[in-house]
Amino acid sequence: MSIRHGLLALLERGPRYGSQLRTEFESRTGSTWPLNVGQVYTTLSRLERDGLVVQDDEDDQGHALYAITDDGRTELRNWFETPVDRSNPPRDELAIKLAMAVGAPGVDIRAVIQSQRRHTLKAMQDYTRLKAQSLSDVPANRGEVAWLLVLEQLIFQAEAEARWLDHCETRLVRLAEAAATEPEPEVRTTGRVASRIARPRSRR
Amino acid sequence: MSSHVPSRSATPAGAPVLELRALTRTHGSGIAEVHALRGIDLSVHAGELVAVMGPSGSGKSTLLTIAGGLDTATSGQVVIEGQDIAGLGRKGVAALRRRSVGYVFQDYNLIPALTAAENIALPRELDGVSVRKARKEARAALEEMKLLEIADRFPDEMSGGQQQRVAIARALVGDRRLVLADEPTGALDSETGEQVLALLRSRCDRGAAGVMVTHEPRYAAWADRVVFLRDGSVVDQTLTGHADAESLLAPEAAK
Repeated sequence: MSIRHGLLALLERGPRYGSQLRTEFESRTGSTWPLNVGQVYTTLSRLERDGLVVQDDEDDQGHALYAITDDGRTELRNWFETPVDRSNPPRDELAIKLAMAVGAPGVDIRAVIQSQRRHTLKAMQDYTRLKAQSLSDVPANRGEVAWLLVLEQLIFQAEAEARWLDHCETRLVRLAEAAATEPEPEVRTTGRVASRIARPRSRR
Repeated sequence: MSSHVPSRSATPAGAPVLELRALTRTHGSGIAEVHALRGIDLSVHAGELVAVMGPSGSGKSTLLTIAGGLDTATSGQVVIEGQDIAGLGRKGVAALRRRSVGYVFQDYNLIPALTAAENIALPRELDGVSVRKARKEARAALEEMKLLEIADRFPDEMSGGQQQRVAIARALVGDRRLVLADEPTGALDSETGEQVLALLRSRCDRGAAGVMVTHEPRYAAWADRVVFLRDGSVVDQTLTGHADAESLLAPEAAK
């Protein structure tokens, strides 16, 4: 998550001070990724070091205001124009867990999948409840719409996970069935996953 | 900002609208015997929407058709609003179905020769309510769902989403409190499917009890409870009771 670019985007609307940036960032994203003021000021000082923001005057209450520079605007425009990199996927604990569960002795992989499915669906129910509430709050302001987009991203991501779990289960069931009907699994199965699944069976 | 999860009745009070007790359904016999349902217990209370999920062949649709009296269980009981339907006889079941149960199908099942309002009024008319009164109720139902402008349209003049919303209005017209929906969003695009779910949700929030079969996690997520079926048995369900938004969205901060 880019706090740096998030702050630049808020500063493009006009000079702001630290805690104000924090409040606006959180209202846009529904406190999904909470910031502490310390993080905001650390980021601001790095942005200042890199010439992307400058310290402006103080406001009436004596808050130090920050303003975006031309370089900051260029940086921001580049950020919006550049797709988020997906070529180097972050480590996914669930994917690692399932990969390890395949053929692990004493692990009921269907139970692992089901327990995750229940958890994921429960999270989706909670997100959906928040979404339904947000949709019924009319009129929608810009902050509310931004929050809705973030919420829906969480729902879609969880949905992808739930569908992937269904897929994993179907695949594993099929492989197990195939392995059960093959007398010599290690000789007869050629796929990498298939041979991994078949391995514990051949040890019996 | 939306930092508060609205609480729905986490522990529903009163007798369930629908109760399935040790329900089994077996097709065929001997070596060809297939157990579609192997002892299902499920209670659905007023105000509750339950989603039933599971792989194909897990018994989802069988469960729904038996709950609605369209099919008969091999053993076990179906109790609707306190009445065990086994004791009602065919006529009795038909009457109970008309009065208490609304069905919503994937392909809407509206009668093509009738307008939206007439479709909604039909089950009431069949139940002996005067045509005038039934039509009035139908228009009121459409108004409540902000669909009054399509009251006089025929099904082929409506979009899929509109047809499905009319089907939901028909399912819950009169005093009917139980709606059984089989893949109600199946043929709809994601946005329209969501509107249908929002409608089902709001009808349940206002006192209906709903059971919906779906394979779409995103729609199941509108339910209070998700029941997972596998090989004719309930293997798991999401628990009612709600996480608060703070711990939900900011687990790190909540620690």
